[in-house]
Amino acid sequence: MKKFLKSDLNALLDIISEKERIYLPVSEAGQTNYAIYNENSKVDLDTLKTVKSAKEVFFPQSETLYTAFMDGKKIRIAQEELEKEEFVLFGVKACDVRGIEVLDKVFLSEPVDSFYKARRDHGVIVALACGEPEESCFCKAFGIDCAEPEGDVALYDCGDYYFWDVKTEKGTALTEKCASVLSDAEEAPVKEKQEEIRKIVSLLPYMNISLDSWKGATTDEKFNSDVWEELYKPCLACGTCTFVCPTCQCYDIKDYKTKNGVQRYRCWDSCMYSDFTMMAHGNNRTSQLQRFRQRFMHKLVYFPANNDGMFSCVGCGRCVDKCPAAANIIKVIKAFEKEGNR
Amino acid sequence: MQRLIDRMKELLADGTVQRVLGWKQGDLGYNPEPHYFNSAEELDEFIYDGFCGANLSKYMIKGSELEGKTLVLLKPCDTYSFNQLIKEHRVDREKAYIIGVGCKGKLDIEKIKAQGIKGITAVKGAEISGDCDELTVETVYGEKKVAYKDAMLERCHVCKGKEHKIYDELLLDSVDTCDGDRFECVDELDSLTPEEKFNFFRKELSKCIRCNACRNVCPACSCRKCVFDSNKFDSAQKANVDPFEESMFHIIRAFHVAGRCTDCGECSRVCPQGIPLHLFNRKFIKDINEFYGEFIAGEDAETKGPLTDFTLDDIEPGERR
Repeated sequence: MKKFLKSDLNALLDIISEKERIYLPVSEAGQTNYAIYNENSKVDLDTLKTVKSAKEVFFPQSETLYTAFMDGKKIRIAQEELEKEEFVLFGVKACDVRGIEVLDKVFLSEPVDSFYKARRDHGVIVALACGEPEESCFCKAFGIDCAEPEGDVALYDCGDYYFWDVKTEKGTALTEKCASVLSDAEEAPVKEKQEEIRKIVSLLPYMNISLDSWKGATTDEKFNSDVWEELYKPCLACGTCTFVCPTCQCYDIKDYKTKNGVQRYRCWDSCMYSDFTMMAHGNNRTSQLQRFRQRFMHKLVYFPANNDGMFSCVGCGRCVDKCPAAANIIKVIKAFEKEGNR
Repeated sequence: MQRLIDRMKELLADGTVQRVLGWKQGDLGYNPEPHYFNSAEELDEFIYDGFCGANLSKYMIKGSELEGKTLVLLKPCDTYSFNQLIKEHRVDREKAYIIGVGCKGKLDIEKIKAQGIKGITAVKGAEISGDCDELTVETVYGEKKVAYKDAMLERCHVCKGKEHKIYDELLLDSVDTCDGDRFECVDELDSLTPEEKFNFFRKELSKCIRCNACRNVCPACSCRKCVFDSNKFDSAQKANVDPFEESMFHIIRAFHVAGRCTDCGECSRVCPQGIPLHLFNRKFIKDINEFYGEFIAGEDAETKGPLTDFTLDDIEPGERR
């Protein structure tokens, strides 16, 4: 266990950023989101949740895959370069770390997504235990302990210090680079902090929500339920829930016409949007009910069925906080629970 | 609120309406959701309090396609949107039974959270029957007090008034919450240099994640197929290709709703990144007022808007009044 003075945070970040990019929560125009650190960044480690999750660091909202252009009479194709520089993702909460594990299942299984893999290989994750979890949080329901995040290094906010717990080889390497700011530390304050956090977790309203009825659920029993008909109605069909979500991974591939060619890029898609999975033959989901249902069936039924029971929700509660119509996954889980008890 | 529930049950029982479009209680004390109630029993979960900011008029586009009449609850500001939707032939007046409900100002949970309040388990003092002076917020970190006014949505500080512009009957009292001038923010922007203005909007719009919540909630955005959803044009995007486009979506949208926007403030309420989108609309409204004389979209369901009504007196490009 190591520690550094909170007042040395900038010194630490400056040491790392001499050689590597750092992505961390930065406050800009009143909102906190991940951004690249520079000496003018308003670093904000106190806001519990960034609006967008940390997923965009590995899986950006929009990225060019290749550019094709006319070179005389020939068409030349230039592939976008893969990430080859080390970088640090700093201050990630336990739920977002799990979110990255969910994305790994998708992008690192065959066929491997080379853009994603290159970023994962070069990124070091410095996680941060949650100081004050909030009412919309329900990570515990997915077996996540926000008092002890995974990652390469785990940070704990204890009084005047951040405690620094090395978890992996990548973490050890980063620790060596930061040696001048870090000092040895005892474990007791961290244990105390963890107890404090877990006590708060036990008081939060959503933390103990039961997912029992979804474990091993078959598609038919959930898919054909009448509950969806009521649940989808407030939905505005915007993409807020999917774009703030740490695990939503659907993307679309599109062409952007340049002056003498085409830039092929991919961007996050949303199952809430009307052309989601639009194919040459047409669209296989023509109503908002179907699109709304897809989001939750994916997270709670299809994904776990294909990934050893791992749900593709991490309980970060961003959709709970941000849905303009207050329709969210908690309401879905509760509605099915009520239906099951009927 | 009981009076309102009783009346809604009466109208359901005597067959005047087939359903009620209102708000259903949430589970955190501040997150009610728009909901269709199909029976008197379902109304047990009905709520109308300070957190019922959602403007239900746009839901009546779908409501107009349903069998029979839908009882819809509209706050004074929502009625402007409803009138505008009638004018644009998007809702059917005959399919709606409108109860104009009183309003004491609607609350913004973000403003409460911005005061450092977290772990909220209940909020007291938001009841429509109360005097709406002070909120008591129960949290896992202890009880906090917030002045009602400090938790109100921006739009309520520049409220257009207590009067409902269209209704079948009225219930519950309103309170005058206006304590500001809605064009003050436009004057502030106008006083900036072009460069400062550009930087301001650049910073704000850079946060946009293209979730389209502002568009989808907007009662003036009721096109069956939005140009930004059409695959026939390069404008169809789910992501911003570059910073220029980031701005274009919002600027095009602002132009499209100009003269039709009632300034209901829903765009700013729903933006997950807290972009003050109403500033665009206010600028247009102020300019329209100066160029064509004062006009309030949605004040009635008949008057042609200045941008859809050509007269020989219309202002010429470059001319100032």
